[in-house]
Amino acid sequence: MSKLIYLVPLFPLIGFLINGLGRKALSKSLVSIIGSGAILASFVVSVLIFLDVKQPGYAAQVVHLFDFIKVSKINIPFAFQVDQLSTLFLLIITGVGFLIHLYSSAYMHEEKGEHYARYFAYLNLFVFSMLLLVLGSNYVIMFIGWEGVGLCSYLLIGYWFKNNDYNNAAKKAFVMNRIGDLGFLLAVFWMLSQYGSVDFGNVFSKAEGTSVSVLTGITLLLFVGAMGKSAQIPLYTWLPDAMAGPTPVSALIHAATMVTAGIYMVARSNILYTLSPLTQTVVAVIGLSTAIFAATIALKQNDIKKVLAYSTVSQLGYMFLALGVGAYTGAVFHVMTHAFFKALLFLGAGSVIHAMHHEQDIRNMGGLKKYLPITHITFLLGCLAIAGIPPFSGFFSKDEILTAAFLNNPLYYVVGAIGALMTAFYMFRLYAMTFRGKFRGTHEQEHHLHESPSAMTIPLIVLAVLAVAGGWIGIPEVLMKDSHWLEHYLAPVFENSTFRMKQENHLSHSTEYLLMFGVAAIILLVIFFAWNKYSKYTKTTAENTGLARVLENKWFVDEIYDAVISKPLLAISKLFNNIVEKVFIDGIVNGVGRLIQYSSRQMRWLQSGQVGSYILIMVTATIVFFLIQFFWKSN
Amino acid sequence: MNITEILFWFLTAIALLGALMVVFSRNPVHSVLWLILVFFAISGHYILMNAQFLAIVNLIVYAGAIMVLFLFVIMLMNMNADAEPQKNKWLKMAGTIAGGSLLLVFVAALKDSELQYRSLEGQEGNIGLIHHLGKVLFTDYVLPFEISSVLFLSAMVGAVVIGKKD
Amino acid sequence: MPINYYLFLSIALFSIGIVGVLTRRNAIIIFMCVELMLNAVNVLLIAFSKMHHLKALTANAATTVGTEAQLFVFFIMVVAAAEVTVGLAIIVMMYRNIHSVDINFLNRLKH
Repeated sequence: MSKLIYLVPLFPLIGFLINGLGRKALSKSLVSIIGSGAILASFVVSVLIFLDVKQPGYAAQVVHLFDFIKVSKINIPFAFQVDQLSTLFLLIITGVGFLIHLYSSAYMHEEKGEHYARYFAYLNLFVFSMLLLVLGSNYVIMFIGWEGVGLCSYLLIGYWFKNNDYNNAAKKAFVMNRIGDLGFLLAVFWMLSQYGSVDFGNVFSKAEGTSVSVLTGITLLLFVGAMGKSAQIPLYTWLPDAMAGPTPVSALIHAATMVTAGIYMVARSNILYTLSPLTQTVVAVIGLSTAIFAATIALKQNDIKKVLAYSTVSQLGYMFLALGVGAYTGAVFHVMTHAFFKALLFLGAGSVIHAMHHEQDIRNMGGLKKYLPITHITFLLGCLAIAGIPPFSGFFSKDEILTAAFLNNPLYYVVGAIGALMTAFYMFRLYAMTFRGKFRGTHEQEHHLHESPSAMTIPLIVLAVLAVAGGWIGIPEVLMKDSHWLEHYLAPVFENSTFRMKQENHLSHSTEYLLMFGVAAIILLVIFFAWNKYSKYTKTTAENTGLARVLENKWFVDEIYDAVISKPLLAISKLFNNIVEKVFIDGIVNGVGRLIQYSSRQMRWLQSGQVGSYILIMVTATIVFFLIQFFWKSN
Repeated sequence: MNITEILFWFLTAIALLGALMVVFSRNPVHSVLWLILVFFAISGHYILMNAQFLAIVNLIVYAGAIMVLFLFVIMLMNMNADAEPQKNKWLKMAGTIAGGSLLLVFVAALKDSELQYRSLEGQEGNIGLIHHLGKVLFTDYVLPFEISSVLFLSAMVGAVVIGKKD
Repeated sequence: MPINYYLFLSIALFSIGIVGVLTRRNAIIIFMCVELMLNAVNVLLIAFSKMHHLKALTANAATTVGTEAQLFVFFIMVVAAAEVTVGLAIIVMMYRNIHSVDINFLNRLKH
């Protein structure tokens, strides 16, 4: 069954080619059928492979497709790795991807035929690249997918290319990704020089013998790549701006899949990270700070998508916190549940935006609960999940992370818990201001409010079910014996790391109950508070002051980057242009031209037309020949 | 020193003197006359080497026909000594040096050449006699001989065509 | 006289001819110096023909070894005559057009 793995990325690739090349000829319904159908086919194959892989005792298989790079001692084949981790990601990507394709077929219906097809082509290309990323059996194939998703992110953020602001947002995303990619590449080169191979099997088996400083260097560089791709401090500012793209794109790329590429990469390289404690600390600290920082910004945002964007950045921070403390299963678990509820929230937001006819400011919404019932219920379920209320999915995954953090360093737990409280607060602020209270929009908008078509609501319902039940595959030991199915499933992938990590103070059951339910109780209080406060929200023209203003302006980070990084770089490049380019290089190039012209002008005098001088030159030349012939002792 | 040697040196001196005067005399008519003297000296050398036929042909063709032609043209143009403009001093210097260098190079290159030290004058050898030359000319080299008549024809036609006033 | 002497005579005549060509401006004088050079070459050819003949005579008394050189000289004279004819015709034409035989006026090759 695993031999069929090549079909999984093949279907989206074919979908991309057909929709992309035939974009002017195909009808909209055909385009959406091809696009969604390709992903559905991939999903079916993924499920079949999964049924095979989940048998206990399944050993990871490497399926070799063709030789890619083969130069003297370096052999980098184009091969896929079929094991528990990659199969799980396959299901997430193709499953959630299919739902989003379905949703897009209705959401993007206003677009003209050619652009509609372009959208689906890009989306399929994205899924293809993401599948390459998770399936690759060595870092180079992963990097191909890594770059591909960055490219598709750029293409999709700037989808409505006529708006220059969107184009700038797309460029920002791509450039920040690139900065991270440099780190990734340096790590790949280092690995190549250190081990002579970038194959997972080779690198991981040789990892134990390498010096800690080398491993720390490699893992830090890999993490730089993850920082760019998964929007951690300091390379996170592209993600909120990426909301310029269509909402389903935000759901797929910037919530469920692309941004989780960094976590996948670290999880795959878990043995390298376990052997470098310094990097682990760095990862945990950065993850935690990002989680808190983004949460503070989300408290005061008024655009429905921006709140969700900062929420994503914050949740990614939690995932990195988990990776940093060694809870690899917890991180992957949170990836899964986050994919479900964040995609749900984004698609719900899209439904609201669609109904409000492209209005995105929550200050102009309110009371939408009676107009958009399905959207309302599913959105509420998503909010409950992300807030971490049992028995929804978010509770189990977030709790696993926080418990692991507590084991590592209680301070991590405290800060993480504060972040969780803030998450609950801003999510329910968002919910209440959108769906509760009185409608604050214009009369025009009120007239057109209606529930979205079924192509949009069905994915919402499916995702809501997953958001509710998705956590039940990872119920911790404390609550139910032997119920953490996910941990058993992923054990072969992480066994080297878990073996190495010292299991210090195993928590007593009472401590664990306290940690879990104590936070849940406080979260419930916070939810009540936010719900009440914002249900009664009325529009005010009062400007935010002080801390509120700083938060609303995202801590002025973009402005700081502009002043500290962009402006000096522009100044330097202006300097280079004026001095180095214009004076030196142009001088040299033009100088060569002028030199030739000058010498040709001088040489022209030879062609005087005077036969006498011609003969003189002939005689001189003859003399020289004779001299050479008779007197130069050449052997 | 026997008579042959004395004759050789005498003729050589005349030839070189004549050549120098050809180059350095102002009046073109004088140049022609000195050149005729050179031809006589060279014919003398031919006779010393027993190339009798060529000596006579040299005199008849070169000194007789060609130089007379030159003289006609000079007199046609009415050239005299002061009519000729002087060449640029530097070019004259350069020309002289070039020619002198050529001389030096040749001499230096060939001075050590291993040639036979045998006297070339003398009446031995019949190849210069017209009787033997004629035999070889009309058997082995008859084709060039005939073609040279065509050459003369074309030269005549060419000269007439070029000189025509139309 | 040994062949070397004829060699140097020929070289000397040739160089003088070259000096003449480079130094004079009158086209007719230059032409005459060219004839001088041709004659220098003739002298050398005949000297060599005699030399080879004498060498071959010691082996075989009825040999005709050096004949080709003398015939070559004959043909050189033929060609020189034809060349002078045409050349002087050109010079006369030139004189008719610009009333001078100064070669500095002949710089049409410049264009």
